[in-house]
Amino acid sequence: MTLKDKVALVTGGSRGIGRSVCVRLAGAGAFVFINYARNEEAARETLRLVGQAGGSGKIVRFDVADDRATAEAIAALIREKGRIDILVNNAGESRDGLLVRMKEQDWGRVLDTNLTGAFHCCRAAAYAMMKQRGGRIINVSSLVALSGNAGQANYSASKAGLIGLTKSLARELAPRAICVNAVAPGLIDTDMTSAMTEEQREKILEGIPLSRLGTPDDVAGVVLFLASDEAGYITGQVIGVNGGLYM
Amino acid sequence: MSIEEKVIEIIVEQLDVTREECVPEASFIEDLGADSLDLVELIMAMEENFGIEISDEELQKIRTIQDAISYIKKKKGLAG
Repeated sequence: MTLKDKVALVTGGSRGIGRSVCVRLAGAGAFVFINYARNEEAARETLRLVGQAGGSGKIVRFDVADDRATAEAIAALIREKGRIDILVNNAGESRDGLLVRMKEQDWGRVLDTNLTGAFHCCRAAAYAMMKQRGGRIINVSSLVALSGNAGQANYSASKAGLIGLTKSLARELAPRAICVNAVAPGLIDTDMTSAMTEEQREKILEGIPLSRLGTPDDVAGVVLFLASDEAGYITGQVIGVNGGLYM
Repeated sequence: MSIEEKVIEIIVEQLDVTREECVPEASFIEDLGADSLDLVELIMAMEENFGIEISDEELQKIRTIQDAISYIKKKKGLAG
């Protein structure tokens, strides 16, 4: 699979799944803009790994929840490279808690970043893709969008919202040969899931037919495929990457 | 290049139609075969080219090439 001469933007590219996606896309030849909101050091480490994989890229700081900053940053990178071929909406955060104790700002912030942030990025990138008559948008949803999860009302709602966004945009942009898909990772070994107790992990592992946690690279491989020419007839789909935890 | 010429150039490029088809009374949808996505692209191209902003409400009123030309002239402060 080659992404030679393609330009990609990966939001939340400094850590976890986003970092692996950056490395895989760049390794396949794409120029990758590595977005981050706060952790510049981590973003630089991603850039180093991109270089190690023989690829090239650039770090770019903006908070996807900020409409104006996002629009300006994406317009600037499109001007710089003259195009944008691949957008991976991966930026996400979680603020878990049971519903009755969930604070308004915990709900709002998670929705703003995970769902509205993806909307901001899609809106900023879609016109360029329309003019190019082609592109790929890949939204990183979650298993819990489909299964639900106690303590993650905000997170699962935001990730389920991404699936609706994915399917609507797939229909809207299909006439311009832009494919829009989602991946729904299960339990992936990242900073975000490291907060679990050993006991919680054990219990979840029992339910995973492939009996291991996923790695960021397991997800990145699917994103790479969806970004490639090989996936040109796939749009509006949600691809589970969960070891069989949810079927 | 006059506003008329520029508008027609944009339409020819965006809608893949000939210059001959671009008579002032031609309707984007009925005569030039534009769909909703084409219209959005067309309007965005005009916004870009003329440095103006066209609201959705105003967009509803632009049906023909002449509508677009008149609108842009008005927006640019020129007599339409």
